[in-house]
Amino acid sequence: MKILVCISKAPDTTAKIAFTDDNTKFDKDGVQFIINPYDEWYALVKGLEIKEAQGGSVTVINVGTTENDSTIRKALAIGADDAVRVDMEPKDALNTAKQIANYAKENNFDLILAGKETIDYNGSQIGGMIAGFLDIPFISNASKMEMEGNKASIERDIQGGIEQIEIEAPFVLSASQGMAEARIPNMRGIMAARTKPLNVIEPVDFENTTEILSYELPPAKGECKYVDADHPAELLELLKNEAKII
Amino acid sequence: MSILVYADTVNNKIQKSAFEAVSYASQIAEKEGKTVTVLVAGNTEEINNLGKYGADKVLQVKSDVLSSFQPTLIAKAMEVAAEEENAEIIVFSHDFSGKAITPILAANLNAGAVTSAVALPDTSNGFVVKKSVFSGKAFANVAIKTAIKIIAITPNSIESRIFDKNCTVEDFNPEIGNSRLKVIGQQMESIDLPLTEATKVVSAGRGLKGPENWGMIEELAKVLGAATACSRPVSDMGWRPHHEHVGQTGIAIRPNLYLAIGISGAIQHLAGVNQSKVIVVINTDPEAPFFKAADYGIVGDAFEVVPKLIEAAKSMDINTSN
Repeated sequence: MKILVCISKAPDTTAKIAFTDDNTKFDKDGVQFIINPYDEWYALVKGLEIKEAQGGSVTVINVGTTENDSTIRKALAIGADDAVRVDMEPKDALNTAKQIANYAKENNFDLILAGKETIDYNGSQIGGMIAGFLDIPFISNASKMEMEGNKASIERDIQGGIEQIEIEAPFVLSASQGMAEARIPNMRGIMAARTKPLNVIEPVDFENTTEILSYELPPAKGECKYVDADHPAELLELLKNEAKII
Repeated sequence: MSILVYADTVNNKIQKSAFEAVSYASQIAEKEGKTVTVLVAGNTEEINNLGKYGADKVLQVKSDVLSSFQPTLIAKAMEVAAEEENAEIIVFSHDFSGKAITPILAANLNAGAVTSAVALPDTSNGFVVKKSVFSGKAFANVAIKTAIKIIAITPNSIESRIFDKNCTVEDFNPEIGNSRLKVIGQQMESIDLPLTEATKVVSAGRGLKGPENWGMIEELAKVLGAATACSRPVSDMGWRPHHEHVGQTGIAIRPNLYLAIGISGAIQHLAGVNQSKVIVVINTDPEAPFFKAADYGIVGDAFEVVPKLIEAAKSMDINTSN
């Protein structure tokens, strides 16, 4: 099974979110970057599990500049066989998906896995867009998958519940919590990652379809109003008469 | 020129999030002088409610292949509808269905999409949509630069306005082909109120000490007309089902009321709930970080406070509608 895993670089979950240049750029100062957790914990590890069970290869792909290389090496340390970086600044989901779809098309992957969303732009778009470009099925928000040969049994979240489906490769899947257990790279993996191939390829021409003009932070919260634990009914009065939400 | 909306159904029932998407589209249509066409799959009896939220025309797809959830085929149907209706703007809800269909359609149409949108587009200079980013910790204003514009609106992020129109209904049978994806089973949540649709949520964490103590949480939720949720450790330990887990790695919600009991408020949990309109925190630890994000707080033991809250709520006139 030839597996492609899409990985995005994202700020650490505890990073302070701030903006510079008149609120047009994310402030990277002091921010540690990680592999987007859904991509790493669920998509990548699931890809490795399938490879371990039935052979094949796991390639990770990232769209980004050379500053992403250390993040990509971490995916290699966790166990991916090789990596591809499409050398461009990712600014638009459709463009990013186009780059990945283009590489996937030329290299005939059986499975394309991604996280259900990134924790920075929260778009939930890349997986579905790749599926659209390649005209193959898209399984979104999958929390379980078993593979036997070419055939997958999958559980996915749908509106109002979960659904079991069956499908044969090739397809694109976006992974959510439950899909796999996160792995911590060991020393051997970290050493091996240094010599695994990280191929840098040129992007194909594609015009950005969207552009982030500016960012804003939510308005600051007012002070918390405390209610005496002995008189919790006062809380309900406040919710009813002051906040008017019950 | 029209605005096309996808209205999702579950068991032939149109979702609240779908009515919101229709109302959202109708608010744009009113401002821009356009009409609203809604595509709905299945034999739902609630078609006229789509007019209530502003639909001018409904395209009803009755194809058997859509009796299970087939995002690729719905994207295809939307593509055909967009062309026939000359749609310039296409609206989805950013719920589980929208998250599956929106990106496929964007690729099919080469159209710019803004998902997890939280406001109406600003058309004063271009076409700019505000969306939530960094897991609820910030917003971005995003310009869509393609002729066709796709928006997926976050559930419960805009006020649903009533338009009370009489909509026409047409059978719509576009050529959408077939799918290799086979649905073999479903477990629908037994609760009436899916978490993502709830305007009130009662959530509990490790402070509850064990799954056997959730009875009072469920009862409080019931008297308030709220859905129940939980923190990540609680879902990881199997005390509650994983679909109840809210936070950065669970689902993000933005109810009008988020009442957190025995949850300390780690930054990853806050990311999933900090866009709630009102946050109430009940915790024994006055230093719990959650109080900094709260509008109202009670420093106290959940096992004493919650039963009193339930009693008080029972004797009050509480609006339990969603």
